[in-house]
Amino acid sequence: MGTERKFIELRIRRRANPHSEPYWEEFAIPYRPNMNIISCLMEIRKNPVTKDGRPTTPVVWEMNCLEQVCGICTMVINGRVRQSCSALVDQLEQPITLEPMSKFPNVRDLVVDRSEMFNHLKRIKAWIEIDGTYDLGPGPRMSQEEVEERYAYSRCMTCGCCLEACPQYGDGNYIGPQAIAQVRLMNMHPTGRMTRDDRLQVLMEEDGIHKCGNAQNCVRVCPMKLPLTKAIYEENRETTWYGLFSLLRR
Amino acid sequence: MAKNDIKIAVVGGGLAGLSAAMKIAEAGHHVDLFSVVAVRRSHSVCAQGGINAAVNTKGEGDSPWKHFDDTVYGGDFLADQPPVKAMCEMAPSIIYLFDRMGVPFSRTKEGLLDFRRFGGTLHHRTAFAGASTGQQLLYALDEQVRRYEALGRVTKYEGWEMLSLVLDSHQVCRGIVAMNRQTLEVKAFPADAVIMATGGPGLIFGKSTNSQVCTGSAVSACYQQGARYANGEFIQVHPTAIPGEDKLRLMSESARGEGGRIWVPRKKGDTRPPQEIPEKERWYFLEEKYPAYGNLVPRDIATREIFMVCLQGYGVGGKNQVYLDLTHIPEEVLNRKLGAILEIYEMFVGDDPRHVPMRIFPAVHYSMGGLWVDYNQRTNIPGLLAAGECDFSIHGANRLGANSLVSCVYGGFVAAPAAIEYAKSIERNGAEGSKIYEDEVKRQQEINERLIRQTGKENQYAIHEEMGRWMTENVTVIRYNDKLKETDNKLLELLDRYKRISLNDSNMWATHALPHARQLYNMLQLARVITLGALNRNESRGAHYKPEFPERDDENWLKTTIAEYSDEGPVFSYIPVDVSLIKPRKRDYSKAK
Ligand SMILES: Cc1cc2nc3c(=O)[nH]c(=O)nc-3n(C[C@H](O)[C@H](O)[C@H](O)COP(=O)(O)OP(=O)(O)OC[C@H]3O[C@@H](n4cnc5c(N)ncnc54)[C@H](O)[C@@H]3O)c2cc1C
Ligand code: SF4
Ligand code: SF4
Ligand code: FES
Repeated sequence: MGTERKFIELRIRRRANPHSEPYWEEFAIPYRPNMNIISCLMEIRKNPVTKDGRPTTPVVWEMNCLEQVCGICTMVINGRVRQSCSALVDQLEQPITLEPMSKFPNVRDLVVDRSEMFNHLKRIKAWIEIDGTYDLGPGPRMSQEEVEERYAYSRCMTCGCCLEACPQYGDGNYIGPQAIAQVRLMNMHPTGRMTRDDRLQVLMEEDGIHKCGNAQNCVRVCPMKLPLTKAIYEENRETTWYGLFSLLRR
Repeated sequence: MAKNDIKIAVVGGGLAGLSAAMKIAEAGHHVDLFSVVAVRRSHSVCAQGGINAAVNTKGEGDSPWKHFDDTVYGGDFLADQPPVKAMCEMAPSIIYLFDRMGVPFSRTKEGLLDFRRFGGTLHHRTAFAGASTGQQLLYALDEQVRRYEALGRVTKYEGWEMLSLVLDSHQVCRGIVAMNRQTLEVKAFPADAVIMATGGPGLIFGKSTNSQVCTGSAVSACYQQGARYANGEFIQVHPTAIPGEDKLRLMSESARGEGGRIWVPRKKGDTRPPQEIPEKERWYFLEEKYPAYGNLVPRDIATREIFMVCLQGYGVGGKNQVYLDLTHIPEEVLNRKLGAILEIYEMFVGDDPRHVPMRIFPAVHYSMGGLWVDYNQRTNIPGLLAAGECDFSIHGANRLGANSLVSCVYGGFVAAPAAIEYAKSIERNGAEGSKIYEDEVKRQQEINERLIRQTGKENQYAIHEEMGRWMTENVTVIRYNDKLKETDNKLLELLDRYKRISLNDSNMWATHALPHARQLYNMLQLARVITLGALNRNESRGAHYKPEFPERDDENWLKTTIAEYSDEGPVFSYIPVDVSLIKPRKRDYSKAK
């Protein structure tokens, strides 16, 4: 089918700035094989003209790595949240619709502000409390199996897909699966485990882990295939035990 | 409070910038950290293969000295040697620190760190975390820096792009001017010292393996304000990348480190699928020519060989591509050690590299050149330091695989105390006060206003593409003096046409057109440094190869290129290379050293 096609048709949901109303615009750009959404957007950026030949402003979007590892280029493509750099035109139904993610403040066009996700990392203390950066020799020994389990969580690129898809996330009422997975990552580490309670306390706050409705949307959309439901299950257990013990200790 | 008085601006939040920021904050001082993208999304996240350190856990008798020798030899003796030695000595402790910070490095059966082989060495020296080592290292640093951010010692300015340095009348660096990429607000940030850690300039070549923020623009701005730029002509072209419409995606050297083999059919234009071509009809040209190092010869050599083979018409399907074959390695091993990069190939090409040999071709990858720095990462401008890919040190004429990440961290770790020491020694709040900041802000605003006002027929993205095409065509693997001269003329033409661009965006809120236009100008300036540096250097060394001058010429060219800005174009001078520790010798990778 690809060889027949002369143009790629796109419908893009646009917005001039956070205070203005969103609107849709249509574009048709010359087809070349093996294009991804980013190369379409680059074409529009170079020559911003709508499908019916009207000059317009270039569509603004974010990109960096172009190989699905920095997470920056996330948007909703044909109704599904994913990275635009790894969305190949030949695999998409046309016209292709592009929309900004809906769970984050919309800055302009396809750009959203995901600072909330970094704030989550701050809140859950997503770091290992090392004594200092001076030379203290090697870290704790670990089996390859343990490492592989942690590695799966440490691939999270803070893209926001899971939060976009989660029915519970939004308006600050739930911390969400991204942060819970990072709690898991830190709590599994032998040194990280020593400050586990600090993180569990955060997960027990008002917007904590109990808000998860177990819809499992998150795990289905995660491009890095994080075992999010497993993280939620494990941290649920940890918080429950932690809750019980702190009751007993009182 | 006195201690906290020191404020250091770190520009760039990749491995180098975050390493420096962490050390400064740990020492109790304040950091203003600037980055175009959220630091966790910096280009370092792309690094796949691993990070070098001679930890010697494989019973191979590896040592920092051997790492040092491999690096200097691989770099064709153009690197100043003392900092290379210092880096190789620090490397094992860097790996251990990252291990303690929680990086999920791959392990051996005994639970120790595992090491793989990389190019230009015969030792297993490369620590790795699956095939996304850069991502894991960057996150570990990002997390430590966030810890200091929570303590109030680091202030992040993400989404702020540095435009220029603030220099006083004595050419001393007193801070930077940066622009908010949403509001376009231009603001001065005073600092006692500034550390540049803005990464490489791959975008000058249009398509490369680099991320989109790798424009070299910030460094070019420093150069235009008087910082020396060294060895610009040394651009690494990586042998194995996947050609693409928007980017040339890297296929990491770790694929060969784990046993991947490069070949082409012996018969030109052979149309059989690769699996049907019998072993004896395949030409493993690297293994044949370089029996000792085989597929793991250094990158400059592998790239040239692949290029030549394709020029001679042996490319797969008559095209510019060769096979990188992993199909003989068990699937389980591939998934465990190379999973992430095989997924990239599958995602963008559609074939499964576990069963079908990959088709690859060289692509621009890394700049050995960069801001000139002394052994403490200080540039020639007092108060301005540099670390990471944006400085020129360590890698000489050719970088070895997995040596960049370690050099970024090393650079950051050296720059941090050097910046603190400098900050303690200077007189603050000199007589010139706030005026120098106001003047620089005004100068930058005027540039913006001019760009917004000006109208003309030229398209900034078209100029960028044209620059990229010319640079890739003429200033990469094989260089001819007449072509280099033509390229510089082209760059002058583009600089002239640049005056007639009009921003193609009428909405200035969060526009990318203005920042891109500014970057483009700086890229054009840096492109001239690269091109003219190459034109001047009449020899072949490392990544710089001229068929008209095929040999390394130590007598005339064992020296560092220095470019200094002038309105008439870059002014070149040459300074000796510090070869005090290892005497230069000829490179020969057909034999073990
Ligand atoms: C695909 C790929 C794979 C690689 N794999 C390996 C590997 O396995 N091993 C290895 O050793 N090396 C590898 N390298 C090389 C290595 O990744 C880079 O050299 C290294 O990451 C550079 O780090 P850095 O800290 O210098 O800069 P970067 O990580 O590029 O960071 C630059 C920072 O500067 C910021 N910045 C830039 N301009 C401005 C500005 N004007 N104002 C404010 N901020 C600015 C950016 O936002 C960013 O935060 C690889 C490179 C590529 C392209
Ligand atoms: S499982 Fe929980 S976190 Fe995941 S989508 Fe459902 S509600 Fe959200
Ligand atoms: S968990 Fe997955 S979907 Fe969620 S932010 Fe991380 S990578 Fe993205
Ligand atoms: S550009 Fe980095 S994930 Fe798409």
